[in-house]
Amino acid sequence: MDRLKLEGITKEFPGTLANDRVDLSVVPGEIHALLGQNGAGKSTLVKMIYGVLAPDAGRMFWEGQETTIASPAQARRLGIGMVFQHFSLFESLTVAENVALVLRDAGSMDDLSRRIVEVGDRYGLSLDPRRHVHDLSVGERQRVEIARCLMREPRLLIMDEPTSVLTPQEADRLFMTLRQLKAEGCSILYISHKLAEIQALCDRATILRGGRVVGACDPARESPRSMAEMMIGQELSQPHREPVEATGPVRLEVDGLSTATGAPFATEIRDARFSVRAGEIFGIAGVAGSGQAELLLALSGEVRVAPASLKIDGKPAGGLGPAERRALGLALVPEERLGRGAVPALSLADNTVLTGWKTRGLVRGGWVEGAKATALAAAIIKRLGVKARGPADEAGSLSGGNLQKFIVGREISAEPRLLVVAQPTWGVDAGAAAAIHRELIGLAERGAAVLVISQDLDELFLLCDRLAVLYHGRLSPPRRTADTNVEQIGLLMGGMFEAAENADAA
Amino acid sequence: MSPDVIAAVMMSVVAAATPLLLAALGELVTEKAGVLNLGVEGMMLIGAVAGFAAAMLTGSWIVGIVAAAFAGMAMALIFAVLALTLLANQVATGLALTIIGVGLSALVGRPFIGVPLPRLPQLYVPGLTDLPVVGRLIFGQDLLVYLSFALVVGIWWFLEKSRAGLVLRAVGESHDSAHAIGYPVIGIRYLATLFGGACCGLGGAYLSLAVTPMWAENMVAGRGWIALALVVFATWKPVRTLAGAYLFGGLAFGQLFLQGLGFSIPSQFLSMLPYVATIVVLTLISRDATRIRLNTPACLGKSYHPDH
Repeated sequence: MDRLKLEGITKEFPGTLANDRVDLSVVPGEIHALLGQNGAGKSTLVKMIYGVLAPDAGRMFWEGQETTIASPAQARRLGIGMVFQHFSLFESLTVAENVALVLRDAGSMDDLSRRIVEVGDRYGLSLDPRRHVHDLSVGERQRVEIARCLMREPRLLIMDEPTSVLTPQEADRLFMTLRQLKAEGCSILYISHKLAEIQALCDRATILRGGRVVGACDPARESPRSMAEMMIGQELSQPHREPVEATGPVRLEVDGLSTATGAPFATEIRDARFSVRAGEIFGIAGVAGSGQAELLLALSGEVRVAPASLKIDGKPAGGLGPAERRALGLALVPEERLGRGAVPALSLADNTVLTGWKTRGLVRGGWVEGAKATALAAAIIKRLGVKARGPADEAGSLSGGNLQKFIVGREISAEPRLLVVAQPTWGVDAGAAAAIHRELIGLAERGAAVLVISQDLDELFLLCDRLAVLYHGRLSPPRRTADTNVEQIGLLMGGMFEAAENADAA
Repeated sequence: MSPDVIAAVMMSVVAAATPLLLAALGELVTEKAGVLNLGVEGMMLIGAVAGFAAAMLTGSWIVGIVAAAFAGMAMALIFAVLALTLLANQVATGLALTIIGVGLSALVGRPFIGVPLPRLPQLYVPGLTDLPVVGRLIFGQDLLVYLSFALVVGIWWFLEKSRAGLVLRAVGESHDSAHAIGYPVIGIRYLATLFGGACCGLGGAYLSLAVTPMWAENMVAGRGWIALALVVFATWKPVRTLAGAYLFGGLAFGQLFLQGLGFSIPSQFLSMLPYVATIVVLTLISRDATRIRLNTPACLGKSYHPDH
């Protein structure tokens, strides 16, 4: 008997058919992958399974019984648990309090703390129930989320992009936990863009495209490439780059950069040193919260640093603001797309004016040149294949992946001499990621220096000539990509510098 | 100073602090759920006039107190419908609520201006109340004073120890997460807002039934705003709210006392004292961003759209 069976599930939002007669079945003790590009309807589908959204049509069967799942509380009563991509934890509460909130019979806090530790030990999730969530690393937060689900002994666990924030070693540990759950008969519905891990972990895969099921496969018999092609429905042309030894002039020089942003819970950068030459792609790896946000603030000019510790084209720029740095030829794609990369309530055309008003000549005599901005936005939409109706669309109405394509396109089309880009393909599907990677490679080939800050090691190894790792605000010495490997970088990301050195010697 | 004078001074401080404490405790619970209701002043005024009118018309001060609580709740309900159900901006709605309260209380209260009423009865325990200094202070207060202390303990226990309080804090911290787990965000915020309204109503009634047992137009005179500041001052903690209320109460009384002694400082400067103290303290505690972040409900004042 199927644990969960969906028949003809349909959900329509104004203007889009998010799910169109979707059929799906999940059997006990399997890890079932849900594949699809951004906007293929995966999130909508799992939200309906978890009771966050209600389907317009179709039938759901839970262990053979037809049911309608009206709320997350009901889903949990049935035995469905979900680990969200953006965690649903409460930062100012303790681990135990966070767990207590999802249990109906939490009992006393001491009792509960003991149970949390028990569950943690059983599944290899070490947790201290008394700590506040805001003190935890992203990997630890995810363990809290998972432990929280496991306390209810779920029979179906939904995981939305669980490894996007983990080091490779943390991801391996997660897979062990998931395999143990599977062996105990729990079903797992697994959403990820990382096709290699789906291949290693999942028993079956259902592929969605444009809201419809377009196929199913056994991931073990497929390659990541063939699965990607099923997702996008056409052949995938993966960009490729041979690492080069750049000899051009140094465009960005960071020499002893330290930050003091003063923000609560910030990981301040201490004495970072690296340089990026023209024609080079330089990568900075690290798990979330290692200081990437602070480094970006220092690079963008939102936080000033000692003038000589940051040079653009040889000119001390540490004391300059964002606009002055842009005038020196810097372009920047921040990690947060909404609010920092783009203003959600403004049109795409207006958003091009925000960063390009001076460098692109979109303002003359104090007046915005509307027609020029619209034409530029239209050109960016066309160049990157952004899914939008036109330059008049509000930035906030685009899906995350599409907005990212637009922002990357906006910055690259200015042909900057130095581009800093954070998480270029976070939550972006294979097709769009390939487009963004191609643009970044092309920009470097045309002689720009490119700095990529990312948590995705596959991406860094694909793009970069040299790599450094950020851990707790400290930057490791750069290594040539050709001289290192994923394991070594993974150890550095976990702060195990010594182990990484030994791996080096081996 | 003789013991009698000290006792009288202390009683005056209690009278000045109690309305602030009642209103601030209510607003604290409201804000902990993530709702910023700036209509405290308006709710206190409506509570003051309703409490006075009901007590006078029925001759029962208990009816007066209950009426004040319900009147404050009714005002809070208007706010809740506008800001929580219809998703109006909370700041604007709260300010409007205060303006409504000022006008409506003046209109309703017109027949009662200048009518005297006996003060809220105070406890008298033979022997104990007659003790010098502390006797009246501890055993000679009225119901609302004792209630305000009970509320400090009760709210502390509710927020820190009870499961319902944990849920309320969770809703104020992240309404999206609370919704994802399956808690009725809007419903919980309604309850917190109504509780806040009831407390503000009681705070107002304390003015018109105990401090000066009569009705005068706009008699709350800015205490609602001090109560609002008090919540931030106390970093959303009930026991600190108690300390803050008595500190501000002391300042308010000190102002009268200094004037009584004939100090030649213009009274306007003295009237400014509580507000200056608030600004100074707010500036000082704002310097510690981590503490603010830990105690401030992260969703304070944000509208919640359930469909996102």
